Amino acid sequence: MTLHVTSPAFKANAHEALSDEALQRALTNVEKGFIGKRKKVADKLPEFEALRDSARDIKNHTLAHLDLYLEAYEAKVTAAGGHVHFAPTAADASKIVLDICRRVGAKVVTKGKSMISEEIDLNTHIEAAGMAAVETDLGEYIIQLRGETPSHIIAPAVHLNRDQVEADFRRVHTDLPDDRDLQAPESLLAEARGVLRKRFLAADVGITGANFLVAETGTSIIVTNEGNGDLTQTLPKVHIVLASLEKLVPTLDDVSQMLRVLARSATGQEMSVYTTFSTGPRRPDDVDGPGEYHVVLLDNGRSSMLGGEFQDMLRCIRCGACMNHCPVYHAVGGHAYGWVYPGPMGAVLSPSLIGVDKAGHLPNASTFCGRCESVCPVRIPLPKLMRHWREREFERNLSPAPVRYGLKAWGFFARRPALYRLATRAAMTTLSLLGRNKGRFAKLPLAGGWTAYRDFPAPEGKTFQARWKAQQDKRA
Amino acid sequence: MATMIDTKPRVGLFATCLVDLIRPSVGFAAAKLIEDAGCEVVVPSQTCCGQPAFNSGDRATSRAIALQVMDAFQGVDYVVAPSGSCAGMLKKHVPELFEGEPDLARRAAAFSAKVHELVSFLVDVRGVTSVEARFDGSVTYHDSCSGLRELGVKTQPRKLLESVDGLSISEMRDPDVCCGFGGTFAVKYGEISDAIVAKKAENVWASEAGTLLAGDLGCLMNMAGKLQRQGREVKARHVAEVLAGMTDEPAIGEPAEKV
Ligand code: SF4
Repeated sequence: MTLHVTSPAFKANAHEALSDEALQRALTNVEKGFIGKRKKVADKLPEFEALRDSARDIKNHTLAHLDLYLEAYEAKVTAAGGHVHFAPTAADASKIVLDICRRVGAKVVTKGKSMISEEIDLNTHIEAAGMAAVETDLGEYIIQLRGETPSHIIAPAVHLNRDQVEADFRRVHTDLPDDRDLQAPESLLAEARGVLRKRFLAADVGITGANFLVAETGTSIIVTNEGNGDLTQTLPKVHIVLASLEKLVPTLDDVSQMLRVLARSATGQEMSVYTTFSTGPRRPDDVDGPGEYHVVLLDNGRSSMLGGEFQDMLRCIRCGACMNHCPVYHAVGGHAYGWVYPGPMGAVLSPSLIGVDKAGHLPNASTFCGRCESVCPVRIPLPKLMRHWREREFERNLSPAPVRYGLKAWGFFARRPALYRLATRAAMTTLSLLGRNKGRFAKLPLAGGWTAYRDFPAPEGKTFQARWKAQQDKRA
Repeated sequence: MATMIDTKPRVGLFATCLVDLIRPSVGFAAAKLIEDAGCEVVVPSQTCCGQPAFNSGDRATSRAIALQVMDAFQGVDYVVAPSGSCAGMLKKHVPELFEGEPDLARRAAAFSAKVHELVSFLVDVRGVTSVEARFDGSVTYHDSCSGLRELGVKTQPRKLLESVDGLSISEMRDPDVCCGFGGTFAVKYGEISDAIVAKKAENVWASEAGTLLAGDLGCLMNMAGKLQRQGREVKARHVAEVLAGMTDEPAIGEPAEKV
């Protein structure tokens, strides 16, 4: 099975997150770090909005002909000497990877950053099979040391502060001198580099994710800022690319368009530091590269999204901009969402992948402020898709009872203007009389969800419609 | 004289349920602004735009309400609401409710074309560039999400506010970030909503403006309620009240002055 899911406890998770001071401190970095940088680099590029349109169109086109492009992609990978494995479920994907690792007698498996690996909980499976899984992305390495999961799809350790990382390094890297200076963030990076370098050289299998798979050439592409991906995939004798179906794009031209929006949207860089292309295993006259090249293509529920109301979600290129701009994510962080994918993209994708009965809170926990959609490089209408989930939940009576009954009562009056006027007139007059002295209520029956945190204003008295009518009658 | 009146566009004022119930003075301020912009105002019988049902996934109720609103506002040239959120519902989302039903979809599209948020109606449709009003003090303006992102309301209210005598604008940090209201979200996820509005209240307070303005009563009630709970002396008003020069009513959640 996949990773432990705590999404049903979203409210309790959020409560815990809100009272975690260290987390709250770390989360301010998301707001400070990403938003301004993205805006600056987007504003600098006159064609940025047009590029978002074409990124959307490229993805839509690919999804409309996914079967064709998958076939073409597989043929190219095979022609280059690689192997494509289709994995319908998470368990299938893990099994395929483990079988390869076992066959080559792997002891150490290095890994570049891959959210699909998180989705299929690969590290647990690798460790259970008696092999060592070593994360080589700095953020992933840190959370692996802590036994945690990523809290962000591009910045997995964004929930941590520097001093926490220093403490972890001192706890784990016991062969290094105690009195070493780890004050500067660069010194942490250097230390991780030193430790990881040895592991790179010892690795038998290297696993990377993929940002894009190119049908035209059978190429997989990753973007990183640390260069760890290159070492992961070129040093070991086997390279496994772990990716989901929707990573496909038709041509290298298309990729170059997608790359122009990806890093800008993600980190506010014009390009990531490393953009690495790999096509098949090492050829006879190559100086380095793996002897075997495998691509494991995960479905895990995605193909059932094709042609349905959630197909737009398959355009996602995992840039993280939606969560970087989300007020709810800023408040509670990524772990509260309770499964691999947090923020607005997770609120739409998780119910598709693990079921809306488990992930039902996520599409509800949004103010629909629309900031995610306004920055999404492939223009996914995230609020609309979250609303579709709410519709599915409402149809299946999955929404909480007080919400359903409250809405029913409200809907009854809202559809009957005459009754509504009668009922509201009396209610507002009473409330107004009760609240006149203070002008507001600190407590109000049936409104505890509101008044637990903020005051509620006393109504002026008669309703607008009643006063307007009285005024018109007087004028006539 | 009579012919002049005949050429006035007829505007159906969609007061919104919160204005109808909680703060009718915003409705009168909106009516005055629309009249001053050379229009005739009518107020058809109304309840709500249906957004609470729509955002809770209850399409059947949303449709029933949408049909009722379209019926009620049939004979008008424009439908104007003092709320970006309700105007957004009527303009952007009502048509989505009838996709795939040609007759109703056509009706919804025609209706949608007539809908405007109040301040953008004044500026973008009626070409209003200034108002005759006075307000002594500094204000800070919060951009409510739907108005901003669904309807492009951003510069219009600031432009009109600049023409108010005695008023100065003191922008807060992140005026375009959500206040955490989100309709039923504020109650369903009260604790998260509170964390979001607490940040907003911090930014409002730091702007040192005496009055907080916005174009949506829901957001205003949320922000005012938080500021008041914190004991912070910032008044909150709907932007229409200030633009219409109708600020006699106590600010949101404030008691009437004892005379
Ligand atoms: S939904 Fe859009 S903004 Fe969010 S991660 Fe995917 S591509 Fe980026």
